[in-house]
Amino acid sequence: MKTLCAILLLCGAVALLPAFVSSGFVLNLVIMTLYATLLGQAWNILAGFGGQYSFGHAAFFGTGAYASAALQVHLGVNAWLCLPFAIACGAAVGALVGALSFRYGLRGSYFALVTLAFAEVLRILANSVKFTGGGVGLLIPLKSSSLDFQFQGKAGFLYVILVLTLAGFLLSWWLERSRYGAWLTAVRDNEDSAAALGVNVFRVKLQAIVLSAALTAAGGAFYAQYFQYIDPHLAYGPAVSVEALLGPIVGGLGTVFGPLLGAAALRLLGELTRNLMGDAPGVSLMIYGAVLIAMVTFLPRGIAGLFRHFGRRAA
Amino acid sequence: MLEASHVSVSFGGLKAVDNASLAIRAESIASLIGPNGAGKSTLFGILSGFLKPDAGSVRFLGQDVTGLAPYRICRLGMTRTFQIVQPFAGQTVRENIAVGSHLRRPRRRAALAHAESVARRVGLAGQLDQPALELTLAARKRLELARALATEPKLLLLDEVLAGLNPQEVSEMSPVIRAIRDGGVTVLMIEHVMQAVMDLSEYTWVLNNGQLIAEGKPADVTRDPRVIEAYLGHGAAERLRTAGGRPHA
Repeated sequence: MKTLCAILLLCGAVALLPAFVSSGFVLNLVIMTLYATLLGQAWNILAGFGGQYSFGHAAFFGTGAYASAALQVHLGVNAWLCLPFAIACGAAVGALVGALSFRYGLRGSYFALVTLAFAEVLRILANSVKFTGGGVGLLIPLKSSSLDFQFQGKAGFLYVILVLTLAGFLLSWWLERSRYGAWLTAVRDNEDSAAALGVNVFRVKLQAIVLSAALTAAGGAFYAQYFQYIDPHLAYGPAVSVEALLGPIVGGLGTVFGPLLGAAALRLLGELTRNLMGDAPGVSLMIYGAVLIAMVTFLPRGIAGLFRHFGRRAA
Repeated sequence: MLEASHVSVSFGGLKAVDNASLAIRAESIASLIGPNGAGKSTLFGILSGFLKPDAGSVRFLGQDVTGLAPYRICRLGMTRTFQIVQPFAGQTVRENIAVGSHLRRPRRRAALAHAESVARRVGLAGQLDQPALELTLAARKRLELARALATEPKLLLLDEVLAGLNPQEVSEMSPVIRAIRDGGVTVLMIEHVMQAVMDLSEYTWVLNNGQLIAEGKPADVTRDPRVIEAYLGHGAAERLRTAGGRPHA
């Protein structure tokens, strides 16, 4: 209950933000943080709760982005209608990747490599077929109407991404207190024990990757709307996969708030180093990298783990 | 209740289980003994669906379960534990047991409540909120037992739940196992602690080099020359007899 209240309070506070803040910079910062949170939440379902470390979430992200963009560009479908279609496409790719790799019992680094391979294959495909616009990418025609999932200001996008992250939050919250979540974490901690206790390991993992992929694809569709442009590297490049996994790892794997804490910390860190060291190109990235290494080394349970540690001490 | 007939499995050239047949009566405590490497755990793996036999069949409650996936066998009412305890490390004792409870209880609250009552049955009630990783070996063995019990099995396969415990802990565990049987659960245990086997089980099978070499009441079986030789080496039974001593297992 406490977690649910915290989630709702947080989302409520963010929802009120556009009424008080009109700075495009701040709103963009919040939007991008929530967007990274969404990707992190999606990855966290599969990896944090399910123990299956994907290194190719770009495969689902890009599929969502392209599904939405291509439908709009080629068939002129309304962007809002494209969103569920994009989610379904992402889920389908998730099901395919999951069915193939879990059926053959791929775990750990093998699973990570296979997901990376899927993402790369899709990137090369997107680069070479006409449907995706090849290397040039797809430009979504400007309409600037909320009926077309395009908004005049930032506030509209903020509400959309807020609803999506709220869905991600509720999903994680549900995982912490449901039979499915108990089975998923059991599979993460020990597959054989879980199977001996009546858990259909294959099915549980497959459901996790489908959920995760669907949420990631929603992020992809949002990205395409927000920037109105998508190309193979933006959609299927490894940078997306890394963005999805960094947040939860820094914030705290397998926790409800980990992806948000990680995304916020990384975003702030990125902005800070860029502003402080903006004159010397590259230095900001070096500092960013160093802080990242330090965080992973000294906070193996992420920022959420730090909170829990001090919480327990205080109690 | 459980019938295995002529099951065999080989790993490469090694016949790990060779033409083994056994039948377990309902509401008994039966045991499977044998020297290290005899194939006991492998046989367990076949019975519980973790391994597919090359030949032979396994029937459980009149149904053919040969090569059925472990989770299906568990849903039918046969649950196993593992020799090397494998708790869900990141979770508390209560959450660990609840994973088993969930099999027949979809609702979280019901599962957690059931986990608590199972914990009481195996003597873990005081440690419900402890992380599983912080438990002693004896408590982990109890946890392994509790999780399996939480699936409400009709038949429980216990793979060395007493191994590694000191005599005090063994004698604390024995009544727990007996109480499980009295609660209507049939038990088949692999065990090395002979005192417990003699004490607890009503019937025992002896496995050596993948073959069942003897069966019967534990007291009779341990006097069987073939069993003594399997444990102590060729000619040991003869030497023991001429020395006039009775073997103490």
